[in-house]
Amino acid sequence: MAETLLEMKDITKDFSGVRALENVSLSVVNHEIHALVGENGAGKSTLMNILSGVYPHGSYDGEILLDGKECRFRDIRESEQLGIVIIHQELALIPYLSIAENIFLGNEQAHNGIINWDDTVTLSKELLKKVGLNENPYTQISNLGVGKQQLVEIAKALSKNVKLLILDEPTAALNDEESCKLLELLVDLKAHGVTSILISHKLNEVTRVADAITILRDGKVIETVANSDNEIDEDRLIRSMVGREILDRFPSRATTPGEEILRVEGLTVFDPMNESRAIVNNVSFNLRRGEVVGFAGLMGAGRTEIAMSIFGKTYGVNHSGRVFKNGVEIRNNSVGDSIANGIAYVTEDRKKYGLVLIDDIRNNVTLPSLEKLSKFGVVDESQENLISNEYRKKLNIKCSGIDQRVESLSGGNQQKVVLGKWIMSDPDVLILDEPTRGIDVGAKYEIYTIINKLASEGKAILMISSEMPELLGMCDRIYVITDGEIAGELPRAQATQESIMKCIMSHKRTIQSVLAV
Amino acid sequence: MGNVTAFFKNNIRQYGMVLALVFIMALFQVLTGGILFRPMNITNLVLQNSYVLILGVGMLLCIVTGNVDLSVGSVVAFVGAVAAVFMIDLHMPVVLGIILTLLVGLLVGSFHGYFIAYRKIPPFIVTLGGMLIFRGLTMVILKGQTKAPFAKSIQNIAAGYLPGDFKIAGLNAIAILAGLVLSAIFIAVQLNMRKRKKKYDFEVLPVGLEIVKIALVVLAINTLTLLLAAHNGIPLVLILLASLIFIYTFITQKTISGRHIYALGGNEKAARLSGVKTHRVMFWVYANMGLLAAVAGLVVAGRLNAATPKAGTNFELDAIAACYIGGASASGGVGTVLGTIVGGLVMGVLNNGMSIMGVSVDWQQAIKGMVLLAAVCFDVYTKSKNSSR
Repeated sequence: MAETLLEMKDITKDFSGVRALENVSLSVVNHEIHALVGENGAGKSTLMNILSGVYPHGSYDGEILLDGKECRFRDIRESEQLGIVIIHQELALIPYLSIAENIFLGNEQAHNGIINWDDTVTLSKELLKKVGLNENPYTQISNLGVGKQQLVEIAKALSKNVKLLILDEPTAALNDEESCKLLELLVDLKAHGVTSILISHKLNEVTRVADAITILRDGKVIETVANSDNEIDEDRLIRSMVGREILDRFPSRATTPGEEILRVEGLTVFDPMNESRAIVNNVSFNLRRGEVVGFAGLMGAGRTEIAMSIFGKTYGVNHSGRVFKNGVEIRNNSVGDSIANGIAYVTEDRKKYGLVLIDDIRNNVTLPSLEKLSKFGVVDESQENLISNEYRKKLNIKCSGIDQRVESLSGGNQQKVVLGKWIMSDPDVLILDEPTRGIDVGAKYEIYTIINKLASEGKAILMISSEMPELLGMCDRIYVITDGEIAGELPRAQATQESIMKCIMSHKRTIQSVLAV
Repeated sequence: MGNVTAFFKNNIRQYGMVLALVFIMALFQVLTGGILFRPMNITNLVLQNSYVLILGVGMLLCIVTGNVDLSVGSVVAFVGAVAAVFMIDLHMPVVLGIILTLLVGLLVGSFHGYFIAYRKIPPFIVTLGGMLIFRGLTMVILKGQTKAPFAKSIQNIAAGYLPGDFKIAGLNAIAILAGLVLSAIFIAVQLNMRKRKKKYDFEVLPVGLEIVKIALVVLAINTLTLLLAAHNGIPLVLILLASLIFIYTFITQKTISGRHIYALGGNEKAARLSGVKTHRVMFWVYANMGLLAAVAGLVVAGRLNAATPKAGTNFELDAIAACYIGGASASGGVGTVLGTIVGGLVMGVLNNGMSIMGVSVDWQQAIKGMVLLAAVCFDVYTKSKNSSR
C-alpha cells in the first residue's frame, strides 16, 4: 500500500545568485495527502513549480522520480501528461466561458478539430458530481463564487486523469464552511486514488487532513512528520516553521474603550448589478475609541460591502442610512470625503485594489496623503521622502529602500505598505479587510502588534476576517454578519467559534433563507 | 570598473534610447556626408519636428493612463481651419485669434474627455470617432479648399527666430549666451538632485559617471546652441517647445496631478480607493490633449502659412510612436516627457537623415515602423530581464 509515488531528490534552485531551495528532498506516498507548510518565501511554491515543470529541467539541480522513473519536464504540458496537475492560488478560469468549456479548456472533447458538445457536457456533469458541485455545466464561471470556482478547477484537474494534485493555498479565499467542503473532497479523492500535495498557511486544516507534513524554512526541509492519527498540534508546526517559540499568537493589549467615535444607522445598499437586491440591509453598529471590533461571517455575507459603503460609497447603489462621526452626521459621497473625515479602508485584495504595483513604496504610501505633503499642488519631495522613510522603519518593511517597487516585495511587506499608506492618512477609524490574508505567521504577528498599537493610540479599528481564531484573539467585540444583516453582537467574553456559528445559523433560520452562498 | 558595467546593465532601459539617438545621429552624420549636423539642417530638424514633439507631450499623458488619443491629427487640421476663419475671414487681431483657437482646442479635448470619463466609452472608440468628426468638420469649414495667408506673426511662431543682432565672430550672441546659462542651470540642478538623493540613500551614479553625464549633456546643449547661432539664432518654436517640456516635466514629476495620472495608469481601482478622482483626472488628460493639439495646430498652420484639409494627417501615429520609443508602456503607468522627446527625435532624425540621403518615402515609412517595433521589443526585453532578477 505504502508505495512511494513521488520522490524529489536533493533539489537545489538558484534565482540569479539567491538560493531559493537547497538540497530539498520530498517523498510522497501513494494515496496520501501530503501537506507542505512554511512561511512565505520558504520555497514551497518554487518547489511545486519545479515539480510541475514551470521551471524546466536543467534550471535546477537534483532529480524527480515519479513511480520510480526519472522525469525531466520541459513544461507544464509534460507533467500534466503524467498526471501531475497544479492548481494555483490565483484561479486560472476564464470568467466568460461556461463551466464545461473551462473544464475542457486545452483538452477539448473534439474529433478532427470539431468540438463534440454532447460529450463535453456529459463528461462535465460526471466530473461536477464527483466534486460535489451541483451546477449546470452551461453556467458562466463569473456567476460562481470563489469556493465553487475552486471546485471547477478540481473537476478540470480530474478531467486530465490526475494522479498527483497540487493545491496552492486552496482555502485562502474560502470561508470556513467552503474550506471544510473542499477538505472533505480531498479526503474523498484520496479514497479514489488521487494523491494530493496541499500548500497551506491554515495549520488547523493541515493538521486535520494531512497524512504527512513537510516543513520548509529558508529553502530547506526542516522535517517531515507523519500525521496519520492527526496527533500533531499547531504549535508544534509553528515552532518548526519559524524556528523559534511563538508564545502567544496574538499580542495582548489592555483595552480601555473610550467614547463612541463612529455610528452607522440603518445602512441599506443595493447590488449594482441588480438594483432590486439589497446586499446590505438595515445595518447599524458603532465603534469606540481604542477599540478593536470584528466583523465575523461567511464569505459573501456582505462584510466587505458594508465596509466599502461606509468608505465613500465605493460599493453599491441607492445607499440609504446615516453615518455619524463623534455624534455629527458626515458627508460620505466620495473617498475624498471619507479621508477628510478620518476614515480609512484597507482592502482585502491588496494587489487589485490596494497598490500600484509598478510604482515604488514611497509613491504608494503617500498617495492618499499627497494633499498634506504639498503646497499649491506641488509635492514637497523632501518631506515626502522623510515621512515615507519614517513609516518604512515604523512598520519594519523589509526592502532595499523606499524607491523599491512594491511588486517585488513579499506579501507580508506589501500588506505593511498598504497599512502604512492608510495609517499615514491619520484616520480615527481604520477598517481592515482581511488584513492577514496570505501572509506568514511572523508577519501576521507584526501586523497584530501594529493593530494593537493603533488602538492604544485611541483609534477605532474595524477588523473583517474569515479566520475566526484571529477575530477571537484580537477583538473586543464581534458583530456577526449574515446575508447583509447584523445577526448579533458578541462581547469578547461570550465570543467563541461555536457561538458565532450558532448566531449565523439561527439568524439564517429566522429569516428563512436557504443555506447557500 | 565592475560597478560601472553593472550600473549600465541595470539602467540600460533609462539610457538605452538616448544612446540609440546618439548612435543614429552619428550614423546619419556619416551616411549623409556631414550634412546632418550643418547649422541649417539642425535648425530645420527643430522646425520640422516641433509639432510632433508638442503632440507627443500631450499624448504621453494619455498613454500613461493606459490609453491613446487617435484624434490629434484631425484636431490639428480642425484647429488650423478654425484659426483661418478667425484670423483670415473674420480679420480678428492675432492675440484674440490665438486665444480663441486654443479655447476651441480645449473644448474639443473636453468633448472627448466627457465621453471617456463620464460616459465610460473606451478612449480608443471616442477618439476614433473624434478623428473622423474633426477631419470631416475641417473639410466642411474649408469647403475642401486651402485658406491662406496668415499674418506674419502667426508664421513667426513656426518659422521665426528670437530677435537681436549681436554677433560674436559671426555667431548669434543670444543663442550662445542661452546655451551657457542653460548649462549652468543644468549643472546646478543635477548637483542639487544628487545631494538630495544621497541624503535619502537612493541609488546615485558613481561620481565619475555623473561627471561624464553632466559633461555630455552640457556638450550637447552647447553644440545645439552653437549650431543654431551659426544659422539664424534660436527659433521661437524651440522656446515654445522647451517651455512645454519644462512645464509638463514639472507637472508629471512634482505635482499631485502628475502623481494621480501615474497612479491611475498603474492601477485605476487602487487609485480610486486612495481618493484619486479618477474621472476628473481622465477628463483633464484628454482636455489637455485637445489644448496641446491646438498649440500644434497653430504651429502647423504657421509653418504651412495656410489651413489645409489634409494638414496633420497621421500625426497621431507619430506622436504615439514617439511615446512608445521613448519608453512609455502600452499598459499604462510608465513614461516620461523627456523620454517622449528623445523618442520623437529618434523618429525625426531618421526622417531627416533618410530624406537627405534620398531614400524614398515608402521606404522611410517601412524603416520607421521597424524602428518602432525594435524599440518596443528592446523595452519589453529589458523589462522582463529586470523583473526576473
